[in-house]
Parts: sequence; C-alpha cells; structure tokens
Amino acid sequence: MSELNLDCPLQLPFDTIQMAHGGGGRIMHDLIESMLVPAFSNPALEARGDAAVLDLDGRALAFTTDSFVVSPRSFPGGDIGELAVYGTVNDLACAGARPRFLSCALILEEGLALAELAHLVDSMRRAAVRCGVSIVTGDTKVVDRGKGDGVYINTAGIGLVPAGRRVGPKEVRPGDAVLVSGDLGRHGMAVLSVREGLAFDSPVVSDCAPVHLLAEALWTAGVEVHCLRDPTRGGLGAVLNEIALDSRLTLEVLEQEVPVSEPVASACELLGLDPLYLACEGRLVVFLPEPQAEAALAALRRLPEGAGAACIGHVLERGPAHVTLRTRLGTERILDLPSGAQQPRIC
Amino acid sequence: MKFLDEYRDGAAVQPLLEALRRRTTRPWTLMEVCGGQTHSILRFGIDQLLPPSIRLIHGPGCPVCVTPVAFIDKALAIAERPGVIFCSFGDMLRVPGSHSDLFRVKSRGGDVRVVYSALDAVQLALREPEREVVFFAVGFETTAPANALAAREALRLGLANFSMLVSQVRVPPALELLLASGAAQVDAFLAAGHVCAVMGTVEYLPIAARYHVPIVVTGFEPVDLLRGILECVVQLEEGRAEVANAYERLVPSGGNPTARALMAGVFQVVDRTWRGLGLIPRSGMALAEAYAQLDAEQRFGVSDLGGTDSPLCRSGEVLLGILDPQNCPAYGTRCTPEHPLGATMVSAEGACAAHYRYRRPRED
Repeated sequence: MSELNLDCPLQLPFDTIQMAHGGGGRIMHDLIESMLVPAFSNPALEARGDAAVLDLDGRALAFTTDSFVVSPRSFPGGDIGELAVYGTVNDLACAGARPRFLSCALILEEGLALAELAHLVDSMRRAAVRCGVSIVTGDTKVVDRGKGDGVYINTAGIGLVPAGRRVGPKEVRPGDAVLVSGDLGRHGMAVLSVREGLAFDSPVVSDCAPVHLLAEALWTAGVEVHCLRDPTRGGLGAVLNEIALDSRLTLEVLEQEVPVSEPVASACELLGLDPLYLACEGRLVVFLPEPQAEAALAALRRLPEGAGAACIGHVLERGPAHVTLRTRLGTERILDLPSGAQQPRIC
Repeated sequence: MKFLDEYRDGAAVQPLLEALRRRTTRPWTLMEVCGGQTHSILRFGIDQLLPPSIRLIHGPGCPVCVTPVAFIDKALAIAERPGVIFCSFGDMLRVPGSHSDLFRVKSRGGDVRVVYSALDAVQLALREPEREVVFFAVGFETTAPANALAAREALRLGLANFSMLVSQVRVPPALELLLASGAAQVDAFLAAGHVCAVMGTVEYLPIAARYHVPIVVTGFEPVDLLRGILECVVQLEEGRAEVANAYERLVPSGGNPTARALMAGVFQVVDRTWRGLGLIPRSGMALAEAYAQLDAEQRFGVSDLGGTDSPLCRSGEVLLGILDPQNCPAYGTRCTPEHPLGATMVSAEGACAAHYRYRRPRED
C-alpha cells in the first residue's frame, strides 16, 4: 500500500444512516447536498429556503413539509402535536408567506393510548386556531408495536406570499444586521432535560411557538427584510452557516449580544454543550439593512414572543463564506457548522 | 451566571494582561496539560491576547484521545453482543477503533447508551436484571472517583449483571515522559485544575524539582487561565521552578482525600498504553483484585483484542506538543470530525477538534 493510498482502512465512511444524518450539522448537510438535491434538482429546491416558493398562475405559493419524531412527546412548554403545527407554520412564515392550509399525516404505533392521541390531536387543533390555519387533509397509518415510537407526525403546509416579498439567503447583503427574536436554545435543552432525566433548579421551558406574527410585524413596520429563518435543529450556529454558504458572505456574531437565558446557559455549562447549537422552535433570525435594525427590533418587541429580540451581529463587506464570533474578550474565532448532534463531554 | 461571568469578564482580564506584558521579557513556551484548557483557550481566544513572545502548546490531557485503540475495539466487541447494554460518556461514541465506532455499532442494532455518570449505569443494571450492563470507565483522575463509587455500589448491591471496561489514566507519568523525552521544549506547565482538585499538588513536587520546571495548577475560565499563565511567567522570569496553585477557588492543596481513598480502594496503578504515545509505566488504573469480578474484559473474553492506530494519524506528536494540529498534512483534508483518523479530531477535548472547530482556515 502506498503512502498516499486514499482508501485508508481506518477511515470510516458512512455506509448506513447514522443519527448524525439527522442532526442538523455537516453530516446531514452533506447527505442533502450529495444525494437529495441532485436527485430532485429544480430551481425551487435549489433556492434552499425553509419552504419552496412556487409561481402558480402569477401568484407566489409557499409550500413546505416537516416530520416530527420528538421523544418525549410532551416536554415543558409543549408537545409533539403543537410542534407539528408551529414547525410547518414557521417554515412558511420564513418564506415570507401567510400560512393558510396544513396537512396532517399520523404514523401511530400499535398500543398507543387513545387518550394520549386525543390529547395530541387537541393540541394540534388549538395550535392551528392560534395560527389561523386549517388542517384540510391527512392520513393515518398504524405500525406494529416496536416499529415506531408512539406517534410520528408529518405536516405539510401552503401559504401565499404577498407581492413584493422576496426573502432568502441570496437576498442577504453586506452591511445587513442579524437579529434574533428572543433567547436561544430553550427547546433543545427542555427536550434534553426530560429525555435524560436531568433535574435543574429552574426548569427549562421550550420556546415552542409560532413566529408568523413576528414575521408579519416586520412587514407591517415597512422594513426591508432580506432573509428569515427559524433556527431549529443545529440551532443558530447551523442556520448562520447555511446562510453564509448560500450567500457566499462572512457573518460576524457578537457573543455578548446573543441572548441566552440563565437556566439554558447554566445547563449548557454543566453538560459541555454550546447553546448556539441547540434547537429553538419559536424564534426568528432576521437579516435586514443595518439602518433599519432599530425599527425592526421595536416591531418585534411589541409582541410578547418578541420581547427578547436583539441584534446579534452583521454581514461583513467581504471575506470567506463562514461565520466568525467576536467573543466577550474581543477575540475572534470561527462559529463552525457542527458535525452532528452535540455530545455531552466526559469531564 | 454566578461563578462564571466574573471569570469571563473583559474588565477582570485586563489587569492580568497588563501584568503579563509588564513581566514578560523573553520568549516562553507553556504547555496546557488538559484538553479542557485547550478548548477554553481557543474558544475564548486567550492566545490572541497574550504578549507575542508567550507561546502556548497543547498537552496530552484529553481522556478520549489517549484511550488506546485496543480499548475502543474491546468496547465495540462488547457492545455488539446481544443482551448487552453498553454505557458510555457521550464523546466516546464517535471515536474510531480499528474498523468502526460505537455510533456505527448502535446503528447496526447494538444497545449503546449515553450516560452522564457511572452511577446511572449501575441504576440501569438494577432496573434491567436480565441484561448485561457494561460501563466504559475512561478518563483521568477526574472521573476515577465517581467511577470507583459506581464499582463499590455495584458490589454492595450484589449486581451480577454489571461490569466495567476500565481504561483510567494518570497525569503525572505522562508529564514525566514528556519531560524525560525532551520531545517538546516546554518551559512551564499549566496543570489540569480538575485533576488537582482530586489529587492535590504533592505528585508534582518531585517533577518540578527534577526538571526545574514551574507547574501551576490552572482552571478553565479566561481569568483562571491568565492567572496560571502569569504565575508561570513570573516564576520563569525570576528563575524559579515551583509547584503553585492559581486555581485556589476550586483546588485545595491537599486535593480531595475522600475521593482519593475511594479510588485507592477500587483501582490499582498499572502500566498503560496511551493512544499515540505508547506504553507509559504506572500511568493507568485498573480494577483492584477485590473488584476483579466487575472486569468486563474478563467477563466478555476480550482481553486479547487489540488494534492499531492509523499510520496517517500523528496524534502522538500533537499530544506531546510537537506538532501543531494545523501543520498535520491530514488536518482538514483526510482527517475531519466527520471522518477522523484519530481521537484528537473527534473528542470535545481533542486539540485537532478544537482547531478545526474554532480556527480552521477556510478556502475562500
């Protein structure tokens, strides 16, 4: 074997699906870019938005889908039912759309308590009412006991994008400000704490909520929104890296401006996790011209779910397509796309 | 956040930097022993704040990185067995053995679970009497006391279905090796604060004296790190070589006698192979005779299993501070966190992983 043999037997390529393929990091990104995007290649897909925006007889229709497999099914601040509605509503809102209609496909495991299903369905109903969307079609499948995890929910959604709204990574410009609508990492830590049986003095409550009113508030305020994202899997770190790659710009985050609640920050310190990579389920990341940042923040803060809105960084004039973090000490480092899901450290 | 913010505060850091600038007259090379310190230094950019003549190099103190391939292979072989629940700290799961890693074993049906403490694995064994529960006990003197407690608890409960795969390591013999080999030119050491919280400082006295090198117990937050660095520089500039404690807020000079007694009762000191470094005399801990029945190597007949490192992986040189991760030819190309050649690229405390995560040069 020559020294330059690239088939090093110790290097382990993936020949089966790993949990990291769904972790929101680089491994998932690589799967999407190497297998899914080329297979289904078309302009709407390649725009890489949270939802596809389609021209339907001159009207811009946003269309998206999302599957929900969260375990545990109930967590502080929400459950899989409302999450399934908000998740899809939020993807539509981030495409600039007004969410209208959702589908609901249930994959149920044999033996699931009907009372629990009824509770989750009622959660979905209430969430839909809150978002002003109708669940207009659906599907129900049951799998053998042991072949599912109680309930999996898929929702798809459509909404109309009002004329003149054009958002996405390609609209991001040097000089844009980066805003978030509230503190980060709550959902990821809330689920982790229940899943792993971690007891904290102050329980972490998920931020699970719709963001369509926050998005609408920005449009109403008349600011020029360039890009919207909800930082779910992989958190803020993953979302910013995706936007840096797709816009081919350098983003700079100011660590001291990033809002993280005390319970989330403490739990992260304890477990060796970074809140910037923890999932949110009710937050909005906004890109818009820096001079309009104050007006946008004021608009977000007028809503209760936007009370903690903050400007956390900006898009630099030029540079490589990545995200840098300016630390509290004034030093600079990369804020990288994580590899897979974060693992708690040893000591 | 109490006990953290005040140690990350820019205003608290400034006087220390000012003192460092004032006291430094010559170039000095300091090694931070612990991988947790390496990550803090790169995460907070501490190295960017230092006078240019002070160089920090990374040391061998990453428990995941030094766990030998043979032990990973043993872990994989045990985790593949039907009926076994294999419990591990989370950041061991991606570490490559000869042919696989624990995540891949899990994806093929192995029951691999992340636990936060060895006692969680004992509880699991109690709840699942029909299953064999195995805990992967790795780490330095920091994890050893809690792991020892779990072993003691398992014996007390008479758990026949609990065992431990033990690859514990000790810091001082590795420092001795490093100094004796003369591999890296290190002027002073930042000793690993949390190891000293257990062990105290007494083990370092003969090393500091024999090699005339300052050894300063140092913490992990910016203020703690800078206090350790300043103490090293002051000693070096004054020609002193003493063991000092710059992490008094956590480390009593006597360490934690209760924890040490627990360790001494459960573990015995043995020679241990370190991944990338080779065999280091008296550098490991294994289960003592009285706890031999908990030995997973014996129970599952994997004692003779053993693999070898990738010949392309130069983690040994990285762990000795000879090779900067970014100067390794495989860094970022053939070796990435997704496809690591060695453990230094995957562990949350590995130097290669820290550089990749915080400093990786990017192509434009």
